[in-house]
Order: sequence, then C-alpha cells, then structure tokens
Amino acid sequence: MRIEIPAFSLVAMIGATSSGKTTFAKKHFLPTEVLSSDFFRGMVADDENDQSASGDAFELLYEAANKRLSRMKTTVIDATNVQAQSRKKILDLAREQNVHPVAIVLNLPEGELLARNAARPDRGYPAHVIHRHVSELRRSLKQLKREGFRFIYVLNSQEEIDGAELVRTRLWNDKREEHGPFDIIGDIHGCGDELTELLERLGYAQGAEGLWAHPQGRRAVFLGDLCDRGPKNVEVLRLVMGMVRSGNALAVPGNHDVKLVRYLAGKTVQMTHGLSRTVSELEQESGDFREEVRAFLDGLVSHYVLDEGRLVVCHAGIREAYMGRGSARVRSFCLYGETTGETDEYGLPVRLDWASDYRGRATVVYGHIPQREVQSVNRTYCIDTGCVFGGRLTALRYPEKETVSVEARRQYYAPAKPLAPEQEPDDLLSIRDVRGKLYLTTALMPGITVPESCTASALETMSRFAADPHWLIYLPPTMSPCETSPLEGYLEHPLEAFRYYGSRGVNQVVCEKKHMGSRAVVVLCHSPETAERRFGVRNGETGIIYTRTGRRFFENPETEREILTRLDAVLTKTGFWTDFHTDWVCLDTELMPWSEKAQALLSRQYAPVGRAGRDGLAAAVAALEQATRRENHPFRVDGETSGQNADPAELLERFREKETAMNRYVEAYRAYCWRVSGVDDLRIAPFHLLACEGRAFSQEKHVWHMETIKRYCTGLDPIFMATDYICVDTGDEKSVQAGVDWWLSLTAAGGEGMVVKPETFVAKRQTELLQPAVKCRGPEYLRIIYGPEYRMPEHLARLKSRSLTRKRSLALREFALGVESLTRFVEKEPLHKVHPCVFAILAFESEPVDPRL
Amino acid sequence: MLLTITYTGKQTRDLGYLLHKNPDRAQCFALSFGNAYVFYPEVSEERTTAALLLDLNPVDLARGKLGTREGGLFDYVNDRPYVASSFLSTAIARVFGTAMSGRCEKRQALADTPLDLTACVHMLPGDAGLAAELFEPLGYSVTAAGSVLDETFPEWGGSPYIDLTLRGKVTLSRLLNHLYVLIPAFDRQKHYYVGKDEIEKLLSHGEDWLAGHPARDKIVKRYFAMQRSFAREAISRMTGEEEERPASREERERRLSLNARRLEAVKDAVLESGAVSVIDLGCGEGKLTAMLLKEKQLLRVAAVDVSLRALERARQNLQPDRMPPSQREKLTWMQASLTYRDERFSGFDAACVVEVVEHLDPQRLPAFERVLFEFAAPRTVVLTTPNRAYNPCYPTLAPGALRHEDHRFEWTREEFRVWAEGVCERYGYTVELREIGDLSEGCGAPTQMGVFTKCG
Repeated sequence: MRIEIPAFSLVAMIGATSSGKTTFAKKHFLPTEVLSSDFFRGMVADDENDQSASGDAFELLYEAANKRLSRMKTTVIDATNVQAQSRKKILDLAREQNVHPVAIVLNLPEGELLARNAARPDRGYPAHVIHRHVSELRRSLKQLKREGFRFIYVLNSQEEIDGAELVRTRLWNDKREEHGPFDIIGDIHGCGDELTELLERLGYAQGAEGLWAHPQGRRAVFLGDLCDRGPKNVEVLRLVMGMVRSGNALAVPGNHDVKLVRYLAGKTVQMTHGLSRTVSELEQESGDFREEVRAFLDGLVSHYVLDEGRLVVCHAGIREAYMGRGSARVRSFCLYGETTGETDEYGLPVRLDWASDYRGRATVVYGHIPQREVQSVNRTYCIDTGCVFGGRLTALRYPEKETVSVEARRQYYAPAKPLAPEQEPDDLLSIRDVRGKLYLTTALMPGITVPESCTASALETMSRFAADPHWLIYLPPTMSPCETSPLEGYLEHPLEAFRYYGSRGVNQVVCEKKHMGSRAVVVLCHSPETAERRFGVRNGETGIIYTRTGRRFFENPETEREILTRLDAVLTKTGFWTDFHTDWVCLDTELMPWSEKAQALLSRQYAPVGRAGRDGLAAAVAALEQATRRENHPFRVDGETSGQNADPAELLERFREKETAMNRYVEAYRAYCWRVSGVDDLRIAPFHLLACEGRAFSQEKHVWHMETIKRYCTGLDPIFMATDYICVDTGDEKSVQAGVDWWLSLTAAGGEGMVVKPETFVAKRQTELLQPAVKCRGPEYLRIIYGPEYRMPEHLARLKSRSLTRKRSLALREFALGVESLTRFVEKEPLHKVHPCVFAILAFESEPVDPRL
Repeated sequence: MLLTITYTGKQTRDLGYLLHKNPDRAQCFALSFGNAYVFYPEVSEERTTAALLLDLNPVDLARGKLGTREGGLFDYVNDRPYVASSFLSTAIARVFGTAMSGRCEKRQALADTPLDLTACVHMLPGDAGLAAELFEPLGYSVTAAGSVLDETFPEWGGSPYIDLTLRGKVTLSRLLNHLYVLIPAFDRQKHYYVGKDEIEKLLSHGEDWLAGHPARDKIVKRYFAMQRSFAREAISRMTGEEEERPASREERERRLSLNARRLEAVKDAVLESGAVSVIDLGCGEGKLTAMLLKEKQLLRVAAVDVSLRALERARQNLQPDRMPPSQREKLTWMQASLTYRDERFSGFDAACVVEVVEHLDPQRLPAFERVLFEFAAPRTVVLTTPNRAYNPCYPTLAPGALRHEDHRFEWTREEFRVWAEGVCERYGYTVELREIGDLSEGCGAPTQMGVFTKCG
C-alpha cells in the first residue's frame, strides 16, 4: 500500500499493544520524529511499562510534540491511541498547530497479537488488555474520519504492513523553489480594462490564443477577489485562468472567490457586495465554463510560500505561525484576515491589525483592505488600492519591491466607507525584539548570539540612559589594539598592526591619526521634516550627537544644536546634500577635547592620581633625600634587623624614577585637556561617512572616506577638522618603515597614536572577517591606561601577557552588527529591525572584557 | 603612602626603642600588597623622625590579586599606591604592632609617658574639617594642608587629599592606635574583605578613647562604610545600648513621611478602584509592592523594574522565600522597560507608576504612554510625580534645581494636568488629579497624583 502523507504532518500510530507500531515507525520515520509513550514513561519513571507514570509521560510527550510542530517538524505519536479520548488530544494539537492529522492504523487479528504477546518475556500484557485494545480499535475505525483525521490508512495484515510504502508529498502552498521575479497584483474585482492596462505597463503581452505572458519570463501573482462589483468579471476570469494554466501566473483565492464557488456549487448565498454582477455575466456563459470557473477557484490554495521562504502571498494577510501550514483556520485567516467580531459604524467588520504585530522575516504581500496607498508595515505590503472604488489597480514587483499602478477609469462601485488613508507605520518597540537571548543574522556574520545576561543589562542602559532609539541607527564597534609588541619598552607598536594585516593577505593599509577625544556619532537631517519622515522624530529636532553607548553627547541641547547647525551650513555650502541626493547623513567622528566628555573621569580619577602621586612621591623622595644626607648618623646596611635591610640610596633612586613617571603621566593626560568656553573651542574629526539616504558607505575604501570628508566637511568651519593619514604597503619594507616613523613622530608630539585599517571598509580572508581596524597607542599615552609606572621594566614584563581574543571577537561581532543596522536603516526597514542590532552592540559592551584593551 | 613620626625633646633617639626599629638601619618588610620601609630621615638628640613608606605594586592591585572590584582597585590608574588608606593602617599594625600595644621592655616608662609627638600623614583623602572633627577631640593640634587638583586647570577645583600634621602630647601607642582607626575612616574604602572580626579589631584599638569620642558614630560608620550592620553592632557594644538615631532625624522623618503618605495614597487609590490585580511599574526597592501584597483585596501583584539591581534589592527587602505562601503566590517579578511594548503588562486591573515618569527622557514619553495606556491598558492607572512648583519649599534645593539628579524634568501642576488630559483624550481615559503631602501656600503639595480610569 502506498501511504501518502503531507511533508508536514502529525501522525497518530493507532494499534493494540504488540501490533508493531514501534517497528513500523522506526522503518518509515526518523528516530527523532517518533515520540513514543514507552520512551517518555521510561524518562519519568525509569520503567517503560510503569502504567502509573502514563499521565506524566503523556504530558511531556505532548509538550515535546508541540515544540516540534511549532518548528514545522513532522511528528509521529507512537502510542496505542485506540481510545477516542487519546486521539482527541492529538487532533486538538493538530488544530492548534494547523497541521494535517494523519492516522496510520495497524489492525491485526486478535489471535496474532496474543501469540506475539506471549512471546515477549519482558513485557507480557494480560490477554484481557489485548482483547480490550482490539475491540476499542474496531469501534474506532469508523469514527476516524468524523473525528477529524484528514488522511487515514488502515493496514489489516502483517503482509500489508510489510509491503507499505510511505511517501511524503509536498504541501500545496510550498513553492519555495519559485524565485520569481513576480508581479503581484491586488484585488481586481472585475476591472478588466485596468488589468490589461496594468499588464501592458508591466511588460506583458498577449500572444497566440490571447494568452498573456512576459517576454522575460516574469510571472504574475493574483491576490484573489478577481470578481464582483466591477464590469468585466468573465473577461478577468478568462485572463487569469489562462495565465495560471499556462504557468504564467499563480493565484490565491479571495473571500469573494470563495463565495462565488459556493454559489456555483449550488449553495444558497446572498447576492450582496457585487456578486449579482458576476452571476449575471456568468449566466450568459455556458455551463461548462461555469464548471471550469468553479473548479479553478475551488482548487486555489490559501497562500503560497515562495522564494526560499522569503516571500509569502495571500489575500487578506497571514501570521508568521501560519505560513506553510494548512488548516481551516489558516485558510480562513488568509481569506478574511482577523476581525474582532464587532462591526464599525459602516457595518463593516472591525479588523485586527495583524501587520503591526508581524515580526517575521518573510515579506508578505496581500490585498483585501482597500486603501488609498500601498501600506507597508513590518515587511508586509497591502496592495489593494481600491480600483473598483475609483482608486487604482496596483502591482508590486518582486524582488524589486517597486509598485506600478494604473488609475481606475471610473468608480464602478461606491465604497461602504471612504478608503482608509495612509497608515503611519508602527514605530513602538516591543520587548520581544530585545528580551532574553537574541539571535541576529547579519550580512557580514551569520548567526550572532547575544546572551541573556547582556541583554538584561543593556535593557536598563538603553531605557534609562540612551537617547531616543529613533535616533540610534548605529553604534561604533569596540576596537582592539594590535598584538603586544615584543620590542623592549613597548607594549604596542605599529609593526604588529602591519603584520596582522600583511599576514592575512591585506597588502594595502591605511594609518589614520588617532585623535584623543571621545567617540561621537553625528546624525544630521537637513530639516525637521526629514527627521520626522525618515527617523520618526517629531519634536522638531534635526539631529543628534551621541556617544558610543548611545547617550547624548552634550547635556546642554544648545551646544548640540549649534554644532548641528554649523555642520548643516558646511554641508550646504559644499554641495553635499545635492551631490549625494540626500537630506540626512550619519558620521562617525572623534570629538575633542577629551576633557569635554571625560571631565568626571578626570576629576574623580586621573587628576587625583596625579595629585596624590606627585605630592606623595615628592614627600617620599624628600624624606629619603633627608635620610641619605644624614651625616651625623649614617645608615648601616648590614647587621641584624627584624625585617630585611634596605638601602635608602637605592630606595631614593627607585622613588625618583616613580616621580618622573608620575610627572610624565600628568603631562600625558593634560595634553588631551583644554578649556572649552563655547562651541568654537571644540574640534570634531569625522573619519567615516557612514550613511545617507539610500546608501550605507561600507563598500567604499577608507581613502574615499577620508577624501570625501575632506572635500565636504572640513576646511570651512574650524571646528570640523580632517584627519591625517598615510597609506602603507605591508609587503614593502620602506613603506612599513615610513609608517613606523610616522607613528613615532605622532606619539613623540604627544599624540595618542594611530589606527591601522585595511584598505577596504570590510576586509576578509576567504570567509574570515578581519578586524576593521586595530589601534597602536603611543607609549606615553598608555600611561593613562596602564598606570603612570607601567613602563618600569618589572611591570612592563607582566603587562605584556594580555589576551586579545575576546576583545577581537567582540570587535568583529559589533562591527557586523553596526554595518547591519545602518544597512537596515538605509533600506527603510522598520525601527524594530534596526533597533535590535544597535541594542545588541550595547549589550556586548556589558560583557566583561579588560577595558584597557 | 608616607607616615612620619617625629619625637622632640631629650634623648629622642629612644624613639627607636619605642618603635622597636633601629634608627641606624633602613628596613624592608614584605607585606601581601607590597613592601613597607622604615627609615629615619633625621636622628639627633633633640629631634628624631621615623618614616613608614609603602611601595605598593600597582600591577598587583589591578590584576586582581588584591582588593575588590567594588573598591575600584582593579584600575591601573589608581591613587591607592600614593595615598594614606587602609593599606597604611595595615602596615602600621604589621610593622609597629608591638609599639601599638604599648609594650617596650627596654623603655617601658617612656612608652607609658605622653611625649611631644608630631605625626605627618601624607595624602590623606579628606578635608580639613573632617581632620579637625576627628583628631582635635583627642587633644591634637591639627594642621591640614590642601591643594588644587591640577594647577594647570584651577577650574577643576580642589584636591581631595590633605597632608595632615598632628601635634600632641601623647603616648606613642595611643598615637598609633588613633592613626590605625582613623585613617581608614577618612576614605571609607578598604582593600580587604571586611569580616565580623573587624568589629573586635576596632573595639580593641579604640578601647579607651573611641566610646567617648564626640564623633564616635560617624567614625564607626565611616570605618564600616559598606557594612552598616557591623557599624550598628560596634556602636551598641561600645555604648551598651541601642543605636541612637542620627542627628538629621527631623529632616529624615519629614522625608520618610512624605514617601509613606505617597505610598499610602497610591495604595488607597488602587483599592478604591476595586482592582484585584495590580502591577507596580518601576517598583524600585519594593516598598509599595510590599504594602500591596498585604492587601487581601489584591490577588495578583507584579513588581516591575528596568534595573536588575533595584529588583535584587527589592527581593532582599521583600524576602519572598520567607513570605507565607498566600502572599508569595500573589507575587511575580520581572525586569522590563516602560518604553517597550510588553504583553506581560496586560491583564492587570490597575497599574501604579510612582515617581517614575520624571526619570524618562521627554522624547520617550510618547512610547511610554502607548505602552501603558494603549497596550497594557489597565482599567486604573495611579501615577505620581513631583510638583515642581513646590521645590522652593525645600531649603536645601538650589533655585531651579530638580529634586534628583536623574530627574529629566519635573512638572508643575498645570503641566501635569495638560499631559494627563492629553493622555485621556488619546487613549480614552478620565483622570482625577490629587495632591499628596502638606500644602504650601501658592505652591501646592510636594507630590501630585493622577488616577486614570479607562472609559467604558
């Protein structure tokens, strides 16, 4: 016997004990697909035969089945299932999960079962149990269809069981292998003229026998509601049926189509909502044609999953959990959408807005709800633009996601209520987008996991301290230093940075001067309207300057506003807005002086250490000098003491060395501080032009970034400064030496050091993503990181053992997320798609990593 | 890092006997956190100075061999090697232990005699006022020399350290005990784990002088900065009685009573609404949650805060493990944010939002409104927030200042009314505004409360 079951189904094995259910399941299904009650009894009670454990065992079994079905995994319930009440649980589960329930019944004669049972020394059942099973099974056989099993296979002998062949058939809605391109067309409602005009606009042409086809093989997808209300219902039906049959189109049914089927099947239906027009047209046609129409419409599948699951089409919408599944509920949702059961003042059902809750990855295109404009919310597109009501007939081109519309020639039917105006996309974030363990897929790095501990602390930071998430379209990644230098006296040295890239096949690197300030991301809109339209910021702000943890850089809003206004003036004057066809921009910058943002750190930590260090060491040096000058009573360094003898002269030398180190430390931090009495005293050095309308610049080389910034941002207003850089060929000794010399001169002049980046913004060795940048900090600067005395040989030797692994791995993940968040924003993904990337970067920043790296 | 003790008088070289350290030698003592050196910068008939110099290894401090993360000792850039802190106290006890005990076989009489001693403690974290308050009652003349934080940037303010000079006629043992106890009272940060045995140490070193010190409670509390209960126990053992209330009692009571009245008013409003389930949004340390849990009318109470630390403290305060099951079963906890839509907020009759909105960035108020009034949509919302117009009634508050540094705004009654009415209009609620606390003429009450009720 050939047993055909849908590729996704819930299978109930039904049979008395000893009928061979387990053996059958083992033969035809994966071990993981089969959930056996024996196994679960063993799991909870250590004994597969302990009937007292059945309650607990089945509870677990159904829980496991539920989880599998949620993931669209075919599941087999291996239990006797001879009683209606146990099957009811399976059927309830199938309904809940919108999966086809399948019954495979092993119906063997009682005598054979008794013989088998007797041969099983490990678990013999009393004969009366088997007798009961068999009689219950007999009684069940007739019930199965009525109970709700969609596919029922009964095997009546061991020969039939042995000869059974199991075939999994693909679900009708599964057309993942169809990649398009498609032209998805909304509700037609008999607007035949508009339909042909639209097809022509889309490039389709009528060939032999009047068949419509596209010369490049594009295919149309009809979203249902082909008929009713409009003037040319039969013409539309002919056209669509022809295209579908010839493979030039796909179609899903609409609620009107289903009603028409009921009429054509002879059921009593009300001739409302324009059905009478279709009916009167069809009455002019032959009975064969009417039957053809009925069969065509009746055979339509509620929705299609296309293009590897990236595209789902249906008439009225679909939840993520329903995609690719089949059940009455799924079909009804696809046909009618979701309603509250109430009606509004026009007598129309009140709809629930499934699209605003939609969080799936697949793009959903649907119709059903006539509106003035195409509605795009959360990767869903409603393209019913109410043609029959005098609106337009619209197609969405996929994968281009462009819309093509033709105006209705006239209003064919008066709408019950005015067409809904364009809806604001819902920009309220949900905790679901950021809570618990997060899994994010980015173009640069698939599958980034953010642990729950990190998201929990990021939730507080993001909620309490960060700026409005509407503004946060990017956070800068952390940056790893170069490998620790083996050179004496150095912790970091550019040779290591060149070696890192050189050994990974990157020959050209860019060295950028590292400004010792604070990282600042600048988002600027050319007007408050842009801020509202593009960022959803409605309080009149035109931009923001924020820190690497998403906080507003300036407490004083006036300062921020002045800088933004001045930047806007510069970009206007240099023609940036027009050259880049944009009205907003996002820049990655360093803002100086360091003391502007780090004042608290300076006052609480850096300066006090300098004060205590200088005065404390000076006092120690003075006391030691006094002791070594003690002429009346010279020290003896031999003889017995309770401790060890010490030599004051040696001590003095040691403490003088500490004092020198301390003075250099103070000089080091002072170099990055200056008084700021107004915006004119600030310096902002942009180094990445991150994104503007329609473009994220992660494909451009760093030299392009530097030069573009020089051309458009700096030179006009002194607060915006360019960054010095040089290019180094890691394979050329001379060039490498020039790079080292440049670094030495930068650091000798009190600079922090430099950042070495691969030539391209994104660099890979085969599939391995390389560090987007590594920093080489100068030896004097590092005093404010590793402490004033770090260069004393005893300390430096220990400090050289440091591990960069975690830091580097974090840097890569944060970089991938940063590029992803910009890309998503540029591609106009909704806030709840952009925000998790930014949130994840912030979450990673709460990972315990040595903050000095 | 440096302590000097100078003895002036006759035969001052005997300081060496008293300290049990030979003036002819410089000595090194290896301590767990670095080396301590004892040497004598000057030795003469009339004047002898002993120096205790610490050389702490900053890399050890930073690499976690010593100290705790709480103390901030993990940082390489750290003042610990250069200041007078608990490290110095420990070194005094280790290096001058016998001298501290007052024993001196060779010069016992001298050890028992008050001498002219001068102690210099370099880089003590603190200010002159505290130095005077702590040392003057012990009979010292106190000089505290301060400085600026960084002379290049005078606008950064004063140095947090002083060089402290104490002059007095005192036995050496007493001086060392004073220093041992009081140095850590200055900076309140200890480099070691403070266990209960620390109480014994404090009592023995402060034996005869601490109990009668006018700043006793302050000293003990600062000494046990992180362990309030130890401080209480030490004080009660010293005085043989229950701990006294702090001096600022009146001020605290006034504040406490406002908070208590506020919570009482919120609770009453919740009960009046007939709610049987309530969610405390922004529960903080859980005071309101605890009150709500005790109400029989309420069958379900949820405590929500965005801060894990606040939730942890609330859990410590509420001790759900020790609650009777009837209360514990009512209670659920969750970390959540009021600016993210959250299904877990739904299904409660009432929500309390007590002193929370003023902590939100005004730009995020629309999100908060929608989360609470559009999606959670409880029948009743009880929301309190400060009344800015009342601020001039707080004498300690600078003009124009807000009541808490994390407050992003404070509303006048008019501003609150406008916002509340806007919410009602947008989300279908009615609101009744009330005032909580003593009314001040023209300013109203310190707290304002809105009780929102869903229409229909």
